[in-house]
Amino acid sequence: MLLAGLACCLFAIVVANAVSAKHRAAALACTGSVGCALIFVAAGRALLDGRVSTFHTSSILPLMGFDLTLDPLGALFVAVASFAGVAALIYSIGYAHDELRSRPALSLLMLFVISLVIVPVASSVATFMFAWELMAVSSTLLIVVEHRRRPEARIAAQWYAAMTQIGASFILLGLLLLSSKDGGTFVEVTSHATGLSLTVRSCAFVLTLIGFASKAGAVPFHVWLPKAHPEAASPVSALMSGVMVAMGVYGVVRVGYGLLGGGVLWWWTIVVALGVASALFGALHAATSIDVKRLLAYSTIDILGLVLIGVGCSGALTTTGHPGVARLALLGALTLVVAHAAMKSLLFLAAGAVERASGTRSLDQLGGLIRRIPVTTALFCVGALSLVAVPAFAGFSSEWLLLQGLLHGFVDHHALTLIVLLAGVVALALTGGLTAVALVKAFGIGFLGQPRSSGASEAREVPWSMHAGMLMLAMPCVALGVAPGLVVTALDRVVATVETGGGSLVKPGIGLALTHLHGMIEPMFLLALFAGIVAFTRTVSSWRRAPARHVEAWRGGASQPTSRMQYTATSYAEPLQRVFVDVLRPEVDLEVTHAVESRYYEQSLSYESQVDDAVERLAYLPALRRITRAGESARRLQNGSIHRYLAFGLVALIIVLVVLA
Amino acid sequence: MIADALAYAVTASLIQVAALALGAPLLIGVLAKVRARAEGRVGAPISQPLRDIRKLMSKERLRVEYSSVVLALTPVVVLGATTLAVAISPLVTTHPMLSGSADAFVIVYLLLTGSVALALGGLDTATAFGGMGSSRAITIGALAEPALLVAVVALSIQAGSSNLPAIVTATLTHPVWASTPTRLLALVALVIVIIAESGRLPVDNPSTHLELTMIHEAMVLEYAGSDLGLVTLAAAMRLGLLLALLASLFVPWGIATGTSYPALLVGVFFLALKASILAVGVGLIEVHSAKLRLFRVPELLAGGFVLAVLAVITDLATR
Repeated sequence: MLLAGLACCLFAIVVANAVSAKHRAAALACTGSVGCALIFVAAGRALLDGRVSTFHTSSILPLMGFDLTLDPLGALFVAVASFAGVAALIYSIGYAHDELRSRPALSLLMLFVISLVIVPVASSVATFMFAWELMAVSSTLLIVVEHRRRPEARIAAQWYAAMTQIGASFILLGLLLLSSKDGGTFVEVTSHATGLSLTVRSCAFVLTLIGFASKAGAVPFHVWLPKAHPEAASPVSALMSGVMVAMGVYGVVRVGYGLLGGGVLWWWTIVVALGVASALFGALHAATSIDVKRLLAYSTIDILGLVLIGVGCSGALTTTGHPGVARLALLGALTLVVAHAAMKSLLFLAAGAVERASGTRSLDQLGGLIRRIPVTTALFCVGALSLVAVPAFAGFSSEWLLLQGLLHGFVDHHALTLIVLLAGVVALALTGGLTAVALVKAFGIGFLGQPRSSGASEAREVPWSMHAGMLMLAMPCVALGVAPGLVVTALDRVVATVETGGGSLVKPGIGLALTHLHGMIEPMFLLALFAGIVAFTRTVSSWRRAPARHVEAWRGGASQPTSRMQYTATSYAEPLQRVFVDVLRPEVDLEVTHAVESRYYEQSLSYESQVDDAVERLAYLPALRRITRAGESARRLQNGSIHRYLAFGLVALIIVLVVLA
Repeated sequence: MIADALAYAVTASLIQVAALALGAPLLIGVLAKVRARAEGRVGAPISQPLRDIRKLMSKERLRVEYSSVVLALTPVVVLGATTLAVAISPLVTTHPMLSGSADAFVIVYLLLTGSVALALGGLDTATAFGGMGSSRAITIGALAEPALLVAVVALSIQAGSSNLPAIVTATLTHPVWASTPTRLLALVALVIVIIAESGRLPVDNPSTHLELTMIHEAMVLEYAGSDLGLVTLAAAMRLGLLLALLASLFVPWGIATGTSYPALLVGVFFLALKASILAVGVGLIEVHSAKLRLFRVPELLAGGFVLAVLAVITDLATR
């Protein structure tokens, strides 16, 4: 069924290339959605009955065969990818125009979805690297699709291409260390790895971790993410931010748990350290970003950091002999992956709809969209509430599970584990409030109040197909929040295949209830009670009252208020930016021109503030400059003299002979 | 049997909500009275805030012309989230409705939901004041949140669960816990958080209307009539809930634990007593402190956060 789905997706590319430009996106979406639906069903079946199915093509040449295995862990990520894929394809019917409607662009979009599906089912080193590279190349090309209109896309694609290729080579190195001479399938690698020394296995883990962490956007390997995700077309950024980053987490779980079978405590300490750094850094930057897609990209770094904290704590607890709680932490992390895929894809699609409707993604230029584009506003609101972790939305249920995993891990007595858990809890606590600031800013400044530009005041609602794509993603945001038990019990079975020790920790049901441990939430009942209270209060407070009268705002005796008097995204985040000035290192420029008569009066005032990525400025750019300088000096070797080149050849030959001798 | 338990739970929740809805404005009155007496004034009667809310409820509702459905919904959502937290928390008894879901994190995030709704309402008015108050309130809320969460985690680790009734019951069965260093550190952290979250001095001055110092008042400046009444009531109930939770978690004695109805009345009496004492305490803090500059507030909250982390560490180190 999986193969039929993949074939259908490939057929979709053919169909899309055959149809005229006007119907191309629709044709691709229809055929591709059928393919993705088949894949989703196949993955769902594997999730529910826990069966493992394999597919293998042998070939004469080594490394050329295809090995696919659909096991529960892979099926989870396949299900996420295919679901988000359908939403993105349907969305692109209305979204695709100009460059994105061209044959190559749409084919690449489909290829990107296909690669996202193959990565989690690839079961040999060669197939995995093939799918991984397909994912990297197709997404890189998709970023540059609109490069004519937006030159920034080129720079973003350069950063992305460089980072992703470096990351892929680290992964390849790590996996090659583990591969045996007999073959490169994951089963063979697993059995071979158990015989290797701890040093080799540690090297392999650290190497693959660097590669996977850079894909998951973990600080300090994140610099490509806030550039690439905003510059890609919205369906692409939704898939990149919702699904592709999750592949990094998949890689860590697959290699750490699957191929290497658990490992030692310090491996997972590194994972948690990466997670803590990403969570804090991402949350802070999200709270101070002005560009709505950049804000969402930083928030992705934040949430993936929390996921890595969950995975790392789970690994740490496994190595110190608490498999039960380790399962809970891993379950929390995977639930957060699923929830994040839904809410972040939804938010990116909604941000794309805003950009389409108003022509800008800068929050400082938006405002008042709730009256112009109410449907998009409502959908964005669902995503934002989920991300803030308002109870009865997806973000809350998953973060609650993660917190329970960390909390009950404190039964451990190993000092390092306790430090790791404490760091995780602290990071989770610090990011909660910051995420709320970021999303309140995005929604409140972007959609409420008065429009701040002509684009925002003349925004037009987007086509229905874009709404349909977003609605598809809004449903899991609500479902996972109101009835988390239905999804989490399925995820619990996935976790059981990864972390085999310890019994099931979640009771089947609509809400979430832990077995053995004291803890439960029933979001559905909470929501019902809340609805009752709200209905009661509304009835009582407006009982036999005239409807509210709309009047001018109080203006303190000043003239008619204009939209320029409102707070902007910059001013909204200013207090926070000032509090965290040492971490964010913003560049603030205040220029005051004094009046000629007296320097106590100002004639004009200009304020400019920019929050750059401190890691990029302080670590990457100096390194790049040094590399460039080294490259410049290497050019001195080539001065065009044929004698010198011949000398080089001779020296090289002698060295080779010496080495061989 | 199940019907009996349900009837008891519903009654208990109704009593809690009624006690807080009527009692929380009185607590605000106590705070004002303490302040007035300390300054040598007679002060308004304790029931003044309650009368103010009643008066506001009967006045006409006015809304800003640019506002959307968000501003109209904010008062009920804020009050609804606070009331839901009141209904399920162990305040008068350890068995109110949905007490299984009365998880500490649920309560924390319900309070956050209220803050988010208020902040969005402030932005929806499209005025400078609304934005200013919203920005300041959410910033302080975001900085208070970590201290609150970590303090709650400290209590949860000790009790082995983040379920609030479980923590209260555990304290009742192990009275020694009430005076451990962990509890004391968490208590100080929570007091700091409560002062910040409920907008009292030295973080915010609830009786000022100067644009340089307003936080909560700036955010709710455009509400009028019953909208303002609901928002004021919600703010009072928020303070009442936080003080009552403090009482239940740190000195739970007097709370009803069984399923007997008379015990509920005893619970209400002890709750009123403990909350009044705490309110006098908060009032005395207010009298003896000047308002902090906005950019000094993070230092105070960071102090609370560090104390909360220390609470966790002492708990881990002393077992």
